[in-house]
Amino acid sequence: MTKQTFDQLQETLHFDKLPNGLHVYVLPKKGFNKTFATFTTKYGSIDNHFVPLGEEEPLRVPDGIAHFLEHKLFEDEEGDVFQEFSKKGASANAFTSFNRTAYLFSSTMNIEDNLETLMNFVQKPYFTDESVDKEKGIIEQEIKMYEDNPDWQNFFGLLKAMFKEHPVGIDIAGTVESINQTTKDLLYTCYKTFYHPGNMVLFIVGNVEPEKILQQVRQNQENKTFPEPEDIQRVTVKEPTEVDEKKVVIPMAVNTGKCLVGIKEHRHDKQGEDLLKQELSIQLLLEMMFGQSSENYQALYEQGLIDDTFSFDYTGEYGFGFSVIGGDSKNPEALGNTIKTMISDFLQQPINKDVVERIRKKKIGYFLKAMNSPEFIANQFTRYRFNDMDLFHVIPMLEALTTESLQETLNDHFNVDTQMSQCLIVPDGEAQRG
Amino acid sequence: MEPDRMIQFQSGSLNVHIIPSKTFKTTTFNIQLNAPLTKETATKRALLSHILQNSTADYPSRQQLRSALEELYGASLTSDVTKKGEHHIVSIRMDIANEKFLKDQTPLMEEGIKLLSSVLLNPNEENGKFNDKVVEEEKRTLAQKISSVYDDKMRYANKRLTEEMCQDEPFGVHVLGYEEDLQAITSHALYDYYHEVLKKDKIDLYIMGDVEEKEIRSFITRYFPTDQTDKGENHQLIERSPIKLKDTPNEVVEEQSVQQGKLHIGYRTDVLYGDDDYFAMQLFNGIFGGFSHSKLFINVREKASLAYYAASRVESFKGLLIVMSGIQSSHYKKASDIIFKQMEEMKHGNFTEEDIVQTKAVYKNQILETMDVPRGRIELEYQNELTENPIPLNEWIERTDSVTKEDIVNVAKKITLDTVYFLKGKEEVTK
Repeated sequence: MTKQTFDQLQETLHFDKLPNGLHVYVLPKKGFNKTFATFTTKYGSIDNHFVPLGEEEPLRVPDGIAHFLEHKLFEDEEGDVFQEFSKKGASANAFTSFNRTAYLFSSTMNIEDNLETLMNFVQKPYFTDESVDKEKGIIEQEIKMYEDNPDWQNFFGLLKAMFKEHPVGIDIAGTVESINQTTKDLLYTCYKTFYHPGNMVLFIVGNVEPEKILQQVRQNQENKTFPEPEDIQRVTVKEPTEVDEKKVVIPMAVNTGKCLVGIKEHRHDKQGEDLLKQELSIQLLLEMMFGQSSENYQALYEQGLIDDTFSFDYTGEYGFGFSVIGGDSKNPEALGNTIKTMISDFLQQPINKDVVERIRKKKIGYFLKAMNSPEFIANQFTRYRFNDMDLFHVIPMLEALTTESLQETLNDHFNVDTQMSQCLIVPDGEAQRG
Repeated sequence: MEPDRMIQFQSGSLNVHIIPSKTFKTTTFNIQLNAPLTKETATKRALLSHILQNSTADYPSRQQLRSALEELYGASLTSDVTKKGEHHIVSIRMDIANEKFLKDQTPLMEEGIKLLSSVLLNPNEENGKFNDKVVEEEKRTLAQKISSVYDDKMRYANKRLTEEMCQDEPFGVHVLGYEEDLQAITSHALYDYYHEVLKKDKIDLYIMGDVEEKEIRSFITRYFPTDQTDKGENHQLIERSPIKLKDTPNEVVEEQSVQQGKLHIGYRTDVLYGDDDYFAMQLFNGIFGGFSHSKLFINVREKASLAYYAASRVESFKGLLIVMSGIQSSHYKKASDIIFKQMEEMKHGNFTEEDIVQTKAVYKNQILETMDVPRGRIELEYQNELTENPIPLNEWIERTDSVTKEDIVNVAKKITLDTVYFLKGKEEVTK
């Protein structure tokens, strides 16, 4: 076991790498009632083309299968795993993102039992033809729910516009058609390839004794056998540097329009500290450009082009990255064009040092606030870990960013002529007021 | 686990509640302005919430106010309106970093309280009215917010169900108010209403974090002077309005071009927070539809695969139980039959002791987890300000444990179906 102490944050992180390859982290949090644990595999919706473990030929699996697998793991021979958790007073859940699938529980009691359940159900797949078929109806309704969600449609509409080949543009849940191609055997193939402990991270945060809980995890893992870890061979497609389409318009049953502007990252091989620096720099630049204290926000608000749903973010992962800016607007068309002009104008001005200092403070304060949340710590730490980054380097990295390096990143990322797409949601005509 | 002790005192008309806790890296402030929910005031209150959080006399523009918050290490300031039964609550919240985690020891706490005070007591006023430009901007934002409730179909279905169910009751009033009322509000009338709020609303201020009582008391005296907060009216609780039972349940079907139908069902429970059978009602809801082991989840989703979600929740200050599910439109009858059947099962006591034990465990866990979040803890405490029968938080677990199967069946029998609302998709729609 190793121990890392962060004096300023008053946190101590405990870590162990087990013989089977599993990374285990424990962050004790005194004063909390609850313990939160996530068991995450580095496998998400973009991993749809790979060489299955023990085979030689690559296989293209149906869209949405990582998410399907997430649903199905909650069932075992005895029935529904949710029941196991709730009998012990825990609430369990799971989510699938572009590049990871996380299983989690939170509980204020019976922590050891619940942790045992978490490790055991994730490491024990049980699929039958019948149960796979039954799940299709449920996932179909999940897909339909998102089809009616204008924010989700806006976001994926934008990703599809930006990315031509990369699977990040494919909806995480797949389509009704693709989930109907999913079979029990395909689920086992994906499971065997991606759910090896060597491809997974267990993170436990809460009012726990680190050494005791690590001992429990070691014991649990020693009682199970796994094949030797092998490198996973993912097949990646060649994605053009530039965006695929500059503009997409989607009519929906809404009263208020929406506009999202995306900037596609053209550097997608960064990892570790470089990626952390990239991500924090762009987030800071976006705050300077469009944050609530910016001239631009004030102007957009006064012109009635935005309301308080307006937001922005940058996502940087290995293989893809993008900035997203926008929100509800009664004139999405004008909002998109104005954002484009504002970015171009921002590139022409020197970076204001005072603003950098102010935003830096803001981001440090936000990070402290996020440290109140066990969910944030576990999820973000794991996401960072899979990219060889360290969550606890956020504050030092924020403090180290210079105006010069920000200027460099600004010029590099925000190329509106080739890297920018827009996706607009517009009322379909039948919408009504009120 | 025993929650940290709360310290309470009165300063002018301000009820101050301090919850000391060393668990968090931030300090949370929450001002709650409570008045009866009425059609006449709903829109004004929603607009006022927007005006207050976006400009003050010291920081007249949004840009200036937001810059000041950023200088305070990104202190967050938000305001919103909610309804708790027939109370209409304006909340103003601020979270601010505790300076002990910072390299430079900026006096954040004092600066934060000062700013919060100016948001409540020193708004952007000129010649006896709010700044016109700010009012116009915020009217536009609120209008858009009201109109976009339609865009989120789950929220829209909830709003429609409530409107249909409580047509002649204050609870039927929409929390954000109405666009037609909005346009008629002048900056002058709103400023007058703001003074009425200070004078008549019940005002509670919650502070949770690693704070010293003595220090907080001196800041309150300095920044919330009693000559500004003590007008000495108000403070009565809102009366429990009689429930109106329908002779036959109401069925409302609407159609839109959506992919998924929304089935929302409203029941009357007549059980309110503070009532003797409140915890029995919570456990009823837990077994019926509140959790992933509940009857609705198991029968609508897991067994029949009709839905991704099928859940119920209680409206604790109004005595309602609301069922929500997203289904294929052609499965309307199939899904509602299953839901009605689960309600019958509950009324007949067709659930086991094991179900009760399991639900108690999950419900207690939920309470304890809510206490781990400053905002959640404050919400739990605040419920006691809205009832004549406060239940101290340290009694919740015990009161939950003492509920019997008989208690649950008894509350089940009180539940009556009021309205079924169905937002139907057009069958031919394909993407």
